[in-house]
Amino acid sequence: MTRERTVNLVLLLLVPAAALAAQAIGETFYVTLATRIAILALAATGLNIALGLGGLVSFGHAAFFGIGGYAAGILATHAFNQEPLLFGLPGSKQMLVIWLTSLVASGLVAAVIGAISLRTSGVYFIMITLAFAQMIYYFAISWPAYGGEDGLSLYVRNSFPGLNTLDPMTFFLICYGLLVLGLLVFATLRASRFGTALQASRQNPTRVAAVGITPYRIRLVAFILSGMVTAIAGALYADLNRFVSPSMLSWHMSGELIVLIILGGTGRLFGPLAGAILYILFEFVLGGLTESWQLFLGLILLGVVLFARGGLIGLLAGKERHG
Amino acid sequence: MSSALIIEQVLNGIQLGVTLFLMAAGLTLIFGVMGLINLAHGSLYMVGAFACAVVAAATGSFWLGLAASLAAAAAAGAVMEILVIRRLYARDHLDQVLATFALILIFSEATRWLFGSFPLYLNIPSALSGAVHLPGGAQYSLYRLAIIGVGIVVAAGLYLLISHTRLGMRIRAGESDREMIGALGVDIRTLYTIVFALGAALAGLAGALVGAQQSVQVGMGEPVLILAFVVIVIGGIGSIKGALIGAVLVGVVDTLGRFLLPVLLEVFLPPSQAASIGAAVASMLIYIVMALILAVRPQGLFAANA
Repeated sequence: MTRERTVNLVLLLLVPAAALAAQAIGETFYVTLATRIAILALAATGLNIALGLGGLVSFGHAAFFGIGGYAAGILATHAFNQEPLLFGLPGSKQMLVIWLTSLVASGLVAAVIGAISLRTSGVYFIMITLAFAQMIYYFAISWPAYGGEDGLSLYVRNSFPGLNTLDPMTFFLICYGLLVLGLLVFATLRASRFGTALQASRQNPTRVAAVGITPYRIRLVAFILSGMVTAIAGALYADLNRFVSPSMLSWHMSGELIVLIILGGTGRLFGPLAGAILYILFEFVLGGLTESWQLFLGLILLGVVLFARGGLIGLLAGKERHG
Repeated sequence: MSSALIIEQVLNGIQLGVTLFLMAAGLTLIFGVMGLINLAHGSLYMVGAFACAVVAAATGSFWLGLAASLAAAAAAGAVMEILVIRRLYARDHLDQVLATFALILIFSEATRWLFGSFPLYLNIPSALSGAVHLPGGAQYSLYRLAIIGVGIVVAAGLYLLISHTRLGMRIRAGESDREMIGALGVDIRTLYTIVFALGAALAGLAGALVGAQQSVQVGMGEPVLILAFVVIVIGGIGSIKGALIGAVLVGVVDTLGRFLLPVLLEVFLPPSQAASIGAAVASMLIYIVMALILAVRPQGLFAANA
């Protein structure tokens, strides 16, 4: 077993172990913390498909995170008020229905944003994805039907057949199960023919085109899949907080998702999870010491970018053998 | 709806455009010469506004505050370039985005720590506080007209600087071939610091000018920064002319959209719906314009060195 695998295994077991230990001593607050780690790691794993494998620096993934969140919020509100949603279809409090809706909605939006943004590259791509996410952010703020700037509260956590989602540990396990599923999707994609073509179009698009593959199409599919995974995380985040607001769509959120990946290690399967653990620990430890913890987060981040480019996994497991 | 109201809104749009131009000119110059994407440009805007507010409150003079905003933002920019940005020129855009994102966190929290979360107030100087009569019977704020004037002066000044001075010649040379001008004996590190400080000073000026109209607070630079990104994407990254035209376009489209769309929609919809749908669509309008322009010209209207 290579060192990276050992590190990965430890990371994978660390979070549920911490959650179970917290449950055992009756500190459910830490279970919630572990749930946040799982959800943020899932969101960043989605982004990692575009950013890590495809080299597409999307600075607008908060859009998909927020779309997932609003899908949960809007469906649950309609179910609660017993108002039909669209074309006479009812709302729903079932997580499975909400996840499906998040996938479809975010997939469609990602297809539109991706189709336009992927015509450009480099800095243009960064700025355009940012601009599209801002467009959705301002739309959410100025559209009064679903709370506008104040956001939308969910009266009760949505349900999953056969499980009591109100129990923090059960909800953690749902989120963690989806994270593992997300990681599996990432690993399968990376190992597949599609993933090879995607990584090749990051490394040398001209050559990829020369062997008869269109990088644009490959990238678009990757961008759509990436947005869909992040949207599922958004739906879970709405259920965790029982609240959705435009802040889920803000560009700080997009920045944080990139930060998670870089803190953990770019292009690594477990980079997002390592990054999410670090980020939540920083927030919890530094946030307990000082109100301006983001100042220190900024300094740490600056240090990582300038001096420790492999992130946490790079530090623990050494350099990647192939990139 | 009178013609006076429309003239007023168009002028408001141009004034917003001019403010965006001051931000976008620096961003596009920095990208054109150094190939760097700087998210922390909004922090320099905030530094300018705070410097102006603090100095104006201490001395009672807005003009001293304005001078302080230029000096403080240029100094902050130079320090930022020497300590951090200089190490990023050879890195990819992802590292640049992250490092400058980290700088935003540092600047915002440090400013909050120094000045608190409450906004500072900065008054419009008394010499510019009145209104002027425009032809057609409209009245318009003198201060807003002055901002438009500043924008025109800065645009002309930048044009002269870049096309008619030795520094401008070096900047243009740096845009087209940085290794060659280094080989010709130009101190490229100093040139980069000067360009960065110049862009920072323009952002600081914009912050001070807008700070007097609105409030001076932490985070004030971020919405402007994102609009400035839209401007340079529309105009073509690296092109000052593109930044000017893009800025005025974005300013006018945004202002007129917010003003006209709800009115236009009232023709088809009940007033309450027209107001809310109009506001929602208007807030997305400039991004729709950006998407349309990019669909036709992916490199923007005036791509400099694509």
